[in-house]
Amino acid sequence: MNYETIWFLLIAVLFIGYFILEGFDFGVGILLPFVAKNDTERRMVINSIGPHWDGNEVWLITAGGAMFAAFPNWYATLFSGFYIAFFLILIALILRGVAFEFRSKVADIKWRKFWDWSIFFGSIIPAILWGVAFTNFIRGVPIGENFVYLGTFWDLINIYSIIGGLVTLTGFTVHGAIFLSMKLEKPFASRINNLAMKLWFPSIFVLLLFVVETYFFTDIIDQLGVNPGIVPIGAVLSLFVVGWFIKINRNGWAFFMNCLTIIFSASTIFLILYPRVLVSSIDPIYNLTIMNSASGEYTLRIMTIIALIFVPIVIAYQAWTYWVFRKRITSDPESLHY
Amino acid sequence: MNEIVITLSRWQFALTTVYHFFFVPLTIGLALIVAIMQTIYFKTGDQIYKQMTKYWGKLFLINFAMGVVTGIVMEFQFGMNWSEYSRFVGDIFGAPLAIEALLAFFLESTFIGVWVFGWDKISKRLHLISIWLVAIGSTLSAFWILVANSFMQSPMGFVLENGRMVMNDFGALVSNPNVWVQFTHTVLGGYTTGAMFILGISAYFLFRKEQVDLFQKSFQIATIIGLISVFLVILVGHSQGQHMVKTQPMKMAAAEALWESENPASFSIISIVDQKNQKDVFSIRIPAVLSLLSYNRFEGEVRGIKDIQSEYEQIYGPGNYIPPITINYWSFRVMVGSGFLMFFLTSLGLYLVMKKKVLSFKLIKYFPFVIVLPYLANTCGWILTEVGRQPWVVFGYLQTSEAISPNVTVGMLWLSVIGFTVIYGALMAVDVYLLSKYAKKITVDEPKRTEDEKSYWE
Repeated sequence: MNYETIWFLLIAVLFIGYFILEGFDFGVGILLPFVAKNDTERRMVINSIGPHWDGNEVWLITAGGAMFAAFPNWYATLFSGFYIAFFLILIALILRGVAFEFRSKVADIKWRKFWDWSIFFGSIIPAILWGVAFTNFIRGVPIGENFVYLGTFWDLINIYSIIGGLVTLTGFTVHGAIFLSMKLEKPFASRINNLAMKLWFPSIFVLLLFVVETYFFTDIIDQLGVNPGIVPIGAVLSLFVVGWFIKINRNGWAFFMNCLTIIFSASTIFLILYPRVLVSSIDPIYNLTIMNSASGEYTLRIMTIIALIFVPIVIAYQAWTYWVFRKRITSDPESLHY
Repeated sequence: MNEIVITLSRWQFALTTVYHFFFVPLTIGLALIVAIMQTIYFKTGDQIYKQMTKYWGKLFLINFAMGVVTGIVMEFQFGMNWSEYSRFVGDIFGAPLAIEALLAFFLESTFIGVWVFGWDKISKRLHLISIWLVAIGSTLSAFWILVANSFMQSPMGFVLENGRMVMNDFGALVSNPNVWVQFTHTVLGGYTTGAMFILGISAYFLFRKEQVDLFQKSFQIATIIGLISVFLVILVGHSQGQHMVKTQPMKMAAAEALWESENPASFSIISIVDQKNQKDVFSIRIPAVLSLLSYNRFEGEVRGIKDIQSEYEQIYGPGNYIPPITINYWSFRVMVGSGFLMFFLTSLGLYLVMKKKVLSFKLIKYFPFVIVLPYLANTCGWILTEVGRQPWVVFGYLQTSEAISPNVTVGMLWLSVIGFTVIYGALMAVDVYLLSKYAKKITVDEPKRTEDEKSYWE
């Protein structure tokens, strides 16, 4: 396997890690104003991701850094081309990040309400836009000579990418609901499990719609063949199983299966892409590929060594933090961290 | 049109970077000092140190959140606004950014969560280790970001291939002499910032004779760390200046408003320049002192702006290679002046601590103003570093005007410049409000529930 492919894989892994981890953060943020009935419950909901959200977000920063280091042309075209989209994501992540820290610092209803809605908007905007962005990776965007993006923000918005945005929105919201049903004390958790069931229906509906659209808007048949293989099929199947586990109230299994759904769905996108990284809607000769976007082999070799050493270490200590904070969050004021 | 894009891109970068760097040095400094306080608590079991850890830790966290969220902007906007730059140096510049995320950000961001939520959930030892990992993470992240920045100042470890810079020696990138002066200078500047922050707030309470024990101990720790750090900052800054004379003589010449080469070279006390006509409007200079600063002796040529300009025209072709002199000149002076003032004030602080005169010292009520000094020094230091390198973005290889994203329009830039300005302005107000609110709260308990027992939908 060449270094370019290794890095394509690593970046896929980093984004998948990001979607799994910050996926439920986003879901929890989106659900916050709706599932909590009072201030104590709102704090419980936030505390379910309190120790983790910052570490989860670093998956994005690492994915971005890895893209910059390994595929500078991909990084440059993507970030400058999707300028407005990334600007909106940044504003959302800024407001959301400070909101977690600031919202409980003042015991005032309006103050907290403002920051709670910041968490909501700061979660829902990126949850939609990541779907829109990844859909456009495979659908193709107007890229011309010298890797330069020739479109506007509106070229990113179309019926396919909107459904893509709804896939991530509903998927992450279900993911967050399942996470909450695992993390909160029982009566509250059961309430949220019922909600997860209701959210699951639109989630599977838009995913199926997206699958159908993918056959119309992308070259999936050329890329994957008539039989797409286990990965895309697995994405749909695992989401069906999620529904079953929610129904029988097995939160841990539902969460595990939903992680699989995210892994399979995102992998499908990367499989359709490979060996391209951005598809040009103008002419295939302008496609960005792992070869014409990549750094020199020396850089890739050095970075491979560093990544192979440190990615497992990071995964190990992050997993440990989930073990430390594994207990369900209770409404007991003594144990509830503000 | 293109000119406006360049100008707005520059403004946005300056704005978001300066703003981000309001929070970073305090994070670096307070992480270390809070870790030291908690270590003393761990070793002695003395409750006052636990209280100190919690009190300063609370302020640390408010600041930390701001640093985190403004940091993401930094990573994204190289691609967003400077795509040609990203293509040109991505091979080299991207690597330290990715390493920073992997080695430093993960450590910092994961263990900050453990520290905040782990007070009673994990053993005291593990909890102490978490804050140390946060401190190490924040210092490590400074290292890697400065490896990246040093490359822009003094490119090393690369070859040019197909019009791009391609890395061929990672060791050279990391062992770039510029890294080591810049890293130590910046990190010690961070420790100084943390110390001054604590010094100022402690002085405020000592003047009012509130919580004397807690703030006396804090004042003491802060003066010691502050004095050592600022002393080393000045020493390293001196070496950094000497390194600059060698690698970026134009930056030094501009910082000194030195038009003609001189041997021995004079140091400017005050200069007001007319950059357009390349002359001084008014200037007072001391002979030979600039040679002394540059070479540690009273002789040696320091090259002037005009000489370097004509040399660069020969090497790089026609063009204007002179950075904005007034900005360089004054940022250099404000930085150095703040540094020496902090050295003086921390020395005074240590004297008062040793003579046990802190509480009786009349002027202690003015000490809270010291908090401004590190911010001035940090900001001016970076302005000198970055503005002084202009017109280059990668010294000698790529000019800033060639680095912008070709597809980004004036309209997009106005949207993002205004957007960031409004959000950053509002958040600064909130940040200062919360810091002062929590600085005044000695008891560490936060407000818990509000009376709001309703859902947002009732």
